[in-house]
Amino acid sequence: MSDSTVAVQGETHNPALLHHFATEEQQRNASSFGMWIFLGTEVMFFGGLFCAYLIYRGWYFGDFAAASKSINAALGGTNTAVLICSSLTVVLAIWAAQTSRRALMLAMLVLTMLFGLAFLGIKGIEYRDKFVEHHVPGPSFSFEHEEIPSHPGEYANPRHAEIFFALYFIMTGLHALHMVVGLGIFSWLLWAAWKGRFTPEYHTPLEIGGLYWHFVDIVWIYLFPLLYLIDRHR
Amino acid sequence: MATAITQPDAQPIERENYLNKHYGVWSWLLTTDHKRIALLYLMSITFFFFIGGFFALLIRLELLTPTGDLVQADTYNKLFTQHGQVMVFFFLIPSIPAVLGNFLVPMMVGAKDLAFPRINLLSWYLYIIGGIMMLHCMLTGGVDTGWTFYVPFSTAFSNTKVIEAGLAIFVVGFSSILTGLNFIVTIHRMRAPGMTWGRLPLFIWAHYATSVIQILGTPVIAITLVLVVAERALHLGIFDPKLGGDPLLFQHLFWFYSHPAVYIMILPSMGVVTEIIACFSRKRIFGYHFVALSSIAIAVFGFLVWAHHMFVAGISIYAALVFSILSYAVAVPSAVKVFNWTATLYKGSIHYDAPMLYAFGFLGLFTIGGLTGLFLACLGVDMHVHDTYFVIAHFHYIMVGGAVMGYLGGMHFWWPKISGKLYPEGWARLAALIVFIGFNLTFFPQFLLGYMGMPRRYFQYPAEFQVLNVLSTAGATVLGVGYLLPMIYFLWSMRYGKPAPDNPWNAAGLEWKTASPPPTFNFDEEPVVTWEAYNYDELDSEHKQEVPVVG
Amino acid sequence: MAEHTASEHPKSPLTTYFSVWIALLFGTGLTYYAAKLDLGVFNAAVALIIATTKALLVALFFMHLKGAHEKLLKLVVISTIFFLFILLVLSMVDYGTRTWS
Repeated sequence: MSDSTVAVQGETHNPALLHHFATEEQQRNASSFGMWIFLGTEVMFFGGLFCAYLIYRGWYFGDFAAASKSINAALGGTNTAVLICSSLTVVLAIWAAQTSRRALMLAMLVLTMLFGLAFLGIKGIEYRDKFVEHHVPGPSFSFEHEEIPSHPGEYANPRHAEIFFALYFIMTGLHALHMVVGLGIFSWLLWAAWKGRFTPEYHTPLEIGGLYWHFVDIVWIYLFPLLYLIDRHR
Repeated sequence: MATAITQPDAQPIERENYLNKHYGVWSWLLTTDHKRIALLYLMSITFFFFIGGFFALLIRLELLTPTGDLVQADTYNKLFTQHGQVMVFFFLIPSIPAVLGNFLVPMMVGAKDLAFPRINLLSWYLYIIGGIMMLHCMLTGGVDTGWTFYVPFSTAFSNTKVIEAGLAIFVVGFSSILTGLNFIVTIHRMRAPGMTWGRLPLFIWAHYATSVIQILGTPVIAITLVLVVAERALHLGIFDPKLGGDPLLFQHLFWFYSHPAVYIMILPSMGVVTEIIACFSRKRIFGYHFVALSSIAIAVFGFLVWAHHMFVAGISIYAALVFSILSYAVAVPSAVKVFNWTATLYKGSIHYDAPMLYAFGFLGLFTIGGLTGLFLACLGVDMHVHDTYFVIAHFHYIMVGGAVMGYLGGMHFWWPKISGKLYPEGWARLAALIVFIGFNLTFFPQFLLGYMGMPRRYFQYPAEFQVLNVLSTAGATVLGVGYLLPMIYFLWSMRYGKPAPDNPWNAAGLEWKTASPPPTFNFDEEPVVTWEAYNYDELDSEHKQEVPVVG
Repeated sequence: MAEHTASEHPKSPLTTYFSVWIALLFGTGLTYYAAKLDLGVFNAAVALIIATTKALLVALFFMHLKGAHEKLLKLVVISTIFFLFILLVLSMVDYGTRTWS
């Protein structure tokens, strides 16, 4: 509130109300609506990958299952839990802003970011394992003599498994990239919260950033069973 | 401040408007005013239009003779690829939305600006970054895959700059997404009091439908290009049949966007034409609600037909059947529009000003383009003419005859509002005529060539096709002159044109109720809408005394 | 409906948040163990049903889609999913019938 722009605004008290909006409510609705639309484009962005996944999983089910089995599902499950916890801390941060609990809001924002970093750390371990096992698509890729779970004694076709790993790395990689962007957004939110920008009346950026974070969580909720848990029961 | 005005015959007092409020490069490069961003876009897309046009000219020159004398196959492949990429992604898709839409959408709904002005500026910068990448790609070797990037040629065989071109289009795609997002939020959230959905100009409905395609289609091509780039860089096998991948998957994903992308180009143009036809026949649009909903229907149906580009590529014949039938369905809302425009013209008091000439051109050319599209949707005929000049002629009738005609018509119609100056009407009518003649001379022979079996994308052809090719090249020259003329007289009018009144056409619509050029926040006081769109009957009875109707 | 949600505001939403959180963690465990069971062709279906339930919980309660004052946001979600389905289903029309002839 210490901004010098307060004086310019005249009767409106909120420096965050932009000139072309009539009311704060209009501005808030526009922002969250815009974010939801953006998330719609994100759905379609990942949608192309899901389409590719669906087709090749149907074609090469056994190879996909063998490749999926080589990923550490426990790490993936842990990461799911980590993201779910981070989603909880996001809503708690917003609730804290709504009820003027500044310390709680800051703590929850920090916690959200820590969960985000933990997710990326675990992801890093997973990637390192794949790298060590030569499961990263490329010249040194190797997936020889890996049994197909549903047909013991038959080996997976390395070329088809490579498609799985290509999709695995692109899908989780783009998801991780979204996490990194989310961490950037939350660093800014933390800074703004520290500066005292958010009040019970005005905390739209927190809500918008939260929407994004939850969406990234939802993507992972689908990625986890689709990539880690193909034909695991054998 | 007054000293900065450079006009030689300056009027005594110039009203403050969006053009003269601030001066200097930074006041433009950092502006968040949608009108200034529209002008930034106008300059950028005009630049790319002439680059794309230059490639087109070289293509037509090469095809003047049956043998390769101007360029050889390699260069020719790059020419048509870059002609397509520049024209589609850097001119047609941003053309009407990013220039006229940017300028007019907030004004037509009675808002001070788009919902997210800074995102609007960001969208222009993304366009520029993509544009610079594309230019760099072209100057350092170019790309030869065709604008469609078909795999596995683009991922495994082509030794040109596929990755850079792909990334350039990826970036410019986000510029398009942000424009669409801004429009949708603005149309939903920023309408002036009284501006109900049923009172919105049909230009707005058209842009709404366009934006839906932009935000839902564009991300799919973005991810497709990511896959192409990744596959090429890392030798993955997602699209490579040798490694177990399916090249048709690329085509599915590519056309899921790129077919609806045609509607990104044509829908805004339809919106422009609707405004022009209503104004210059002085009538309400016949069947307002049908025209409005047909825009939405086109946007939705447009997503259901993509595989008609793949009939001969090896998709299942059952799928081909489904897509063929669905493709016919798109003709219905398009026909609704054409019939409603025609019904609007019926017994209207028609004025043959330059914008109307372009609208007439649009009507005829779009109808031809649309109907030949039905030929192509027909499985049996498509087998015969697929990948021939028939296809080339068809989509140029839609994209150039339709979209560009609408764009030029709209530029003329709103130029007085944009620049505050009148363009020379005589020259404009002449240019409209030249464009129409040049266009038909260029592309009609290509229907014949295609039907006779001349394939697209070859730099040489059998000698018996030469006469029609010479006609086509001659037409392209005429067309080029037709496109240069408006640029020259628009620039001329900025300095020497007569000052435009606020409403030179006596047109309906909120954008005409403010000054020309408009003030920075569009309206001096917030407009309240109490009338239906296109109330030309009321307008003309009001103005009967003041403005005598010129026969 | 709108008035109903407005009057709900003073009530603390913490109970909802924590129950949703528990449900999501439970769902994660459930996905993991359901994958270990042999459900034949239903393994994938069960996994997707659980994932969709979890996604709905996040969208409705954490992203406040449920209490949203306007139907507009729901329209955005529904139409996005509709277009995603168009992409998947119409592609499958091709892939599903390629071997018929």
